[in-house]
Amino acid sequence: MSPADTLRFATRAALGYPLRTALMVLAMSIGVAAVVMLTALGDGARRYVVEEFSALGANLLIVLPGRNETGGVNPGSFVSSTPRDLTTSDAAALLRLALVQRVAPLAVGNSEISFGGRLREVMVVGTSADYVDIRGFGVASGQFLPPEDFGRASAVAVIGETIRAELFGNQNAIGRMIRLGDRRLRVIGVMSPAGRGLGMNSDELVLVPVATAQAMFNTNSLFRIMIETRGRDALVPAQAQVEALLRARRDGELDFTVITQDAVLGTFDRILSALTLGVAGIAAISLAVAGILVMNVMLVAVTQRTGEIGLLKALGASARAIRLAFLTEAALLSLAGALSGFVLGHAGAWVIRLVFPALPAWPPSWAVIAAVGTALVTGLLFGVMPARRAANLDPVQALMKR
Amino acid sequence: MAQIELEGINRVFTLGDSEVHALCEVALSIEAGEYVAVMGPSGSGKSTLLNLLGLLDRPNSGHYRLEGRDVTTLSADEQAAVRSARIGFVFQSFHLVPRLTAVENVALPLMLAGVSASERGARVSQALKDFGLASRAHHRPEELSGGQRQRVAIARATIMRPALLLADEPTGNLDRATGQEVTALLEDLNAAGMTLIVVTHDPSMGARARRRLLMEDGFIRQDVRKPASPSLAADQPQTAP
Repeated sequence: MSPADTLRFATRAALGYPLRTALMVLAMSIGVAAVVMLTALGDGARRYVVEEFSALGANLLIVLPGRNETGGVNPGSFVSSTPRDLTTSDAAALLRLALVQRVAPLAVGNSEISFGGRLREVMVVGTSADYVDIRGFGVASGQFLPPEDFGRASAVAVIGETIRAELFGNQNAIGRMIRLGDRRLRVIGVMSPAGRGLGMNSDELVLVPVATAQAMFNTNSLFRIMIETRGRDALVPAQAQVEALLRARRDGELDFTVITQDAVLGTFDRILSALTLGVAGIAAISLAVAGILVMNVMLVAVTQRTGEIGLLKALGASARAIRLAFLTEAALLSLAGALSGFVLGHAGAWVIRLVFPALPAWPPSWAVIAAVGTALVTGLLFGVMPARRAANLDPVQALMKR
Repeated sequence: MAQIELEGINRVFTLGDSEVHALCEVALSIEAGEYVAVMGPSGSGKSTLLNLLGLLDRPNSGHYRLEGRDVTTLSADEQAAVRSARIGFVFQSFHLVPRLTAVENVALPLMLAGVSASERGARVSQALKDFGLASRAHHRPEELSGGQRQRVAIARATIMRPALLLADEPTGNLDRATGQEVTALLEDLNAAGMTLIVVTHDPSMGARARRRLLMEDGFIRQDVRKPASPSLAADQPQTAP
């Protein structure tokens, strides 16, 4: 029997039982679609986080107050347990380190902004002139915060694009006085639209000098200190320098944390990759189930078509020809299932992207290839046994069945 | 040399503890072009003999020479090749593949033998025309009458131009008139030189054969030859066993 004839015969056989074939293909396609969609979701989450952190800029160290570490008990544990605040003088001291290029202290809080009778809630970020360079933001009009001593509370503000549009509309914002909380500040600049980053929409921020923000929120502490080092190679030594300096400034106590962007990024990348693999594995179980279904369906087909197999043998079909015909049928079923699952999975990922535009839910190509490949291989593998059973049927017994 | 030579054939089935001798020491010789009816009560071994002759079954002992070649020792695939080229089967229940049209059913043996699609088309449509089925070519078995179904089955059995045609109760599922049509069709094929062996319960059909084998309990009890009828005597000379 020629390959083309085998293929045609198997296709006719599969189409001869449309309901059975449709259900089989559906089961297989759900398995493949599950893998494609779930990995799209997992990998989308991973890419989302990676992009969030990449938006921060390069060569970045971040100093957080407090420390989460298992370190056992030392005498310090009994003396003080509350971490000391990070202050602007810490930030000023860091600026003097050799490997540190820029330092931006961050003090964050919520307040109300009003102009010309319009009022809205905003997130206020108190920082310094270097912030715009560290984050790689651009200023659309006017200027950013002036470079000045961290302790100076100038009455100026730089606003995000969304805030400008909402408060000023078509008017020029530069030079206008706004009210922020209980203070009157002059708008000196408008940020260019930059989108999201670390959960803050930078288009909806109001940036003020750090001392102004601290006075407004009546605090001395900082939320973060962001440090840009001189070049990428300086990142690790700079981290050590920063730790040493800050430690010296607080009597040898290590009650703060210095993280590199890479470390955070790497951790998230690893966690979310593992998550993606995990969901892919779970989805792959449904593929194995679909494979067993292929076997079941083919075994039923062999039983159903016993008479036909006997006839084929009487007509001179070799065992190989019969085995190939049934194997081809199983392969066709799984191929159809894999292809429709591929389409279904991509459609599902498309819907996810439509519903959550922030999530880049594209299935990774390794997952797609693995899913389609596994579907084909399991289909074939589980098709072997029924095909052998068909080929080994005793023709006399088979012909007696109707 | 006879076309079919059976020698000391035994076929034993084991059913639970008991052994059933379906064929006992069967010796038989059939010449090319003979018309043989195998008759006998149910369970006498007729069908087993036919399956054996058709290489669907193997004897427990004995030798079967088909056209001078010992076919009992062939492998399953070699036997399949012999079936494909030399033997045609006609069954009581037609055994047409329900999802395939008449054309496709008739083309099956050619397809299994690896004949190209274009040659298949020509041979199958010629065969359907010869059997008066040209107008039913693209109907499926369920859309055909019993007689038409059996004619499709006979067309299929003969499409490879076998030397030996084996028919197991070919008229068993047909009414009398249709049965006679089918019998006439088989006899025409025999007249054209094909060896025809028919298993039948029907005495009137058996009576038409020139040689009758009567079986009982796995033995051939009688081997009766009818004197050649005048119309057939000229082209079908009788031969001694």
